[in-house]
Amino acid sequence: MSTLMSGARMLLECLAREGVDCIFGYPGGVTLPLYDALYEHHIRHVLVRHEENAAFAAEGYARVTGKVGVCCATSGPGATNLTTGLVDAMMDSIPIVAITGQVSSKLIGSDAFQEADTFGITRPCTKHNYLVKKLDDLAQAIHEAFYVALSGRPGPVLVDITKDVFQAQGHYQPVTSIHLPGYKVFTEGHTGQIRRAAQMIQEAERPLVYAGGGIIAAGAAPELREFVEMTDSPAVTTLMGLGAMPSEHPNFISMPGMHGSYAANMAMTHSDLLIALGVRFDDRVTGRLAAFAPHAKVIHVDIDPAEIGKNRAPEVPIVGDVKRVLAKLNKLLETTPATSQFTPAASETLSTARRAWWRQIREWKQEHPYQTPTSDSEIKPQHLMVEIDRISKGQAIVTSDVGQHQMWAAQLIRFNEPRLWVNSGGLGSMGFGLPAAVGAQFARPDKLVFCIAGDGGFQMSIPELGTVASNGLPIKIIVMNNGYLGMVRQWQTLFYNNRLSAVELDCFPDAEKLAGAYGFKGRTVEKPWELTAALEEAVNEPGPYLLNVKVTPFESVYPMVPAGGAVNEMVLGPPEPVAVPE
Amino acid sequence: MLQVISLLLENKPGALMRVTGLLSQRGYNIESLTVARTLDPEISRMTIAVDVDAAQRQQVIKQMNKLINVLQATDLTETPSVMRELVLLRIRTTQESRTAVLKEAEIFGGRVVDSSTEGFAIEVTGAPEKLGEFVDVMGSYGEIDVSRSGVLAIALEPKKLKLQPPVLTRELVEPRA
Repeated sequence: MSTLMSGARMLLECLAREGVDCIFGYPGGVTLPLYDALYEHHIRHVLVRHEENAAFAAEGYARVTGKVGVCCATSGPGATNLTTGLVDAMMDSIPIVAITGQVSSKLIGSDAFQEADTFGITRPCTKHNYLVKKLDDLAQAIHEAFYVALSGRPGPVLVDITKDVFQAQGHYQPVTSIHLPGYKVFTEGHTGQIRRAAQMIQEAERPLVYAGGGIIAAGAAPELREFVEMTDSPAVTTLMGLGAMPSEHPNFISMPGMHGSYAANMAMTHSDLLIALGVRFDDRVTGRLAAFAPHAKVIHVDIDPAEIGKNRAPEVPIVGDVKRVLAKLNKLLETTPATSQFTPAASETLSTARRAWWRQIREWKQEHPYQTPTSDSEIKPQHLMVEIDRISKGQAIVTSDVGQHQMWAAQLIRFNEPRLWVNSGGLGSMGFGLPAAVGAQFARPDKLVFCIAGDGGFQMSIPELGTVASNGLPIKIIVMNNGYLGMVRQWQTLFYNNRLSAVELDCFPDAEKLAGAYGFKGRTVEKPWELTAALEEAVNEPGPYLLNVKVTPFESVYPMVPAGGAVNEMVLGPPEPVAVPE
Repeated sequence: MLQVISLLLENKPGALMRVTGLLSQRGYNIESLTVARTLDPEISRMTIAVDVDAAQRQQVIKQMNKLINVLQATDLTETPSVMRELVLLRIRTTQESRTAVLKEAEIFGGRVVDSSTEGFAIEVTGAPEKLGEFVDVMGSYGEIDVSRSGVLAIALEPKKLKLQPPVLTRELVEPRA
C-alpha cells in the first residue's frame, strides 16, 4: 500500500520519476502547497527573478541536454509571464513542461484573486496543455505532458493545477501506460520514398544538404556526418542547426539565409538537389520563396507531416524521425553503391560534374567569406566574435540574445558539437540569452558558458544577475554594446531613410559597479588592444563575469538578403558613400 | 473555395477551443461549424466548412491531425459524400401571398412547422446551395428571419478510424540521445 500524500507531493513524485533534477520557478499564492512540499524534497528549485526567465532557463536546460526542461509559476500573472517562453519553445521545438498553479476549482470563473484563464491563454502557445481539477487526474496528466513534450516534434506542454488539487490527499498510482489515441507520431519513414531519395542522391550533379534543428532534436548528428561523408555532399546548417555538422568539417559550408554566407546562399540557388533534413523552409532561410533554389528537386525529411509541403512542395516527402531515416538511407547508399548502377561513361560524367560543383563552392567561399574587419581605435563587433571563438575553439556553450550580435556570433563562432549554440531562432525573443545561460549552466556545470547579449537584450534580463550571483554560476556575460538596438537601427538605416526612431540606448550602467553590486566582477573595455586580455580575465575568473564591450556603433550585419528578396541577391557590404556635389 | 472537413474529436474539455483556435491562428475563415456526440459518447463529430485557397487545403487537414484530441480529420470536398443543412425560416406575409408561399415551400421540400395570421415558420433541409435559393425566394414574399444549422456531412465510403495504441511508460522516460 502506497503512502497517503498531498497532491503537491505527488507532483514531485511524478517529476522525480521523469528524471527531473532541477526546476526553474517563482512561487506565489496558489503554489504555496507545492513550495511547502519542495522544502524537503531532493529536486532542486532554482529561484529566478521573473517567470519569463523561468521558461527561458528551462529552455536553456533542454537545449543543451535534450532532456525536458521544467519551469513553474503561480496563477494569474505568474502564468501569463511564462507565455513568451512557451511560444519561444514552440517555435524552436524545444521540450519543456510548465507547471502553473490555478485558483481552487470552486473559484474558477469567479474572477478570483490572481485568476487568469491559463488553459485558454496557453492553448496556442503550447503543443498541448492540461487543466487538472481532480487529484485523480494529476499523475496521468504529468506523465502525459512529459511524453508529449519529448516525443514526435518536441515542444512545450503546460499543466495548470488548481490549489485544491495540491492540497488534497491521495495515493500515487504508478502510471504504467499513456493512451493518446489521436496522437500520431511517424518515425520510420516510407521505405519506397527512402529508396527514391537514395537514387536521386546518387544521380545528383549538384547535391546540397540543408540541415536544421531537427537534426539536433533527433540526436542525428552522427548519422548526418556519415551521410555527408559517404556522399561527399556540401552541407549548410540553419541558425537552429549550428553544431549539427562540426563547423571545422571540410564539407560544412556555413549558414544560409538572410544573414547567411554568400557561398551557402549561392549553393542553395544553384543546387540541383536539396536534401532538406529537419528544416522548415523558414522565410529567413528561403527569402522570396518563388526564387528559392529554383533548379533544385527537393527531398524533405521531417517528423512533422504539416511541415512537408507547407512552404515548398518536395519531390520526395519523407515523414519520419530524421535519425532513423538517415540511418536507413546510409545503409542503402552503402549497400548499393552508385558505381553499380551507372555505365562507366555516365559515372565519369557525374563525377566530373560533382568535382565542378565542389570547385564552384570553394570559389564562392573564397570570393566572399564573412567579413571580419578590425580597427586600431575601436572594437569591431566582428572582432569580438572572432576573439570569443578563439577561446571557445568550437567547444564552449554560447547562448545568445536576439539581434546583430546573434547573427555575428552565428557567422563567426565555431560549434563542433550539437547543443552548444543556444539561441531564440523562430520567435526571436530579446531577453533570452542570460536566463538561457542560467539553465544551460545548471545542466552542464562542467562547461564554459558564454552569454552574448546586446545592450538592449541584456537590459531586458538584468534581474537574472541575481540568479547568477546567488547560485555562483560562472557564466561569462559578454555585452556587445553598440549603444543602439542595432538590428532595428540597421533596418532603419537601410530601408527607412536612416530615420533613427527610438533605437538609441544612451544610458547603460557601469558594468564594474553593476556586477559589483551583485558581488561579482565586471569591466568595460573599448579599445581593441584591451579585448583579448579582458576576455581571458573573464574566462579565468572562477565565478561569474560581466564584460561590457563597447563596439563600433554603426556597423551592420552582412551579407544581408533584404526582406522579400531572393537569397542570391545579397547585399554584401555597406552601400558606397554617395559623393556630394560641390 | 469552400472546403468541408469532417473531424472525429475526443470529448475532452477544451477540445472544441483547440479546433476553432487553430483555424483562426492559421488564418482560415470558418464558414460554418457543427458539433455533436457520436454513438460513442466519448467522441464528437464536427463538420467544418472553411474558406481556403486550394493550395492550403492539405495544410488545414495536416494541422487538424496534429491536435492531440483530434482522432481523424477528413477532407470531404473531394471524396464521395452527402452534405446537408437545415434552415428554419420565419416569414411575415400578406393574406394574398399565403398560398404562393406554401407552394414555393413545397417546391423546396419544406415543411410548415408553425402557422399564424402573420405568416409561417418553415423548415427545409437540403444541399447548402439549394437552401440559399430557398431563402432568396422567400425573401421576395415578405420580411424573413433565418436560422441555418451550418453544413453537416458524411462520407459515403467508410474510412477506417486508426487509433494509436497505448505506450508503456517505461519507454517514456528514455531520454533522446
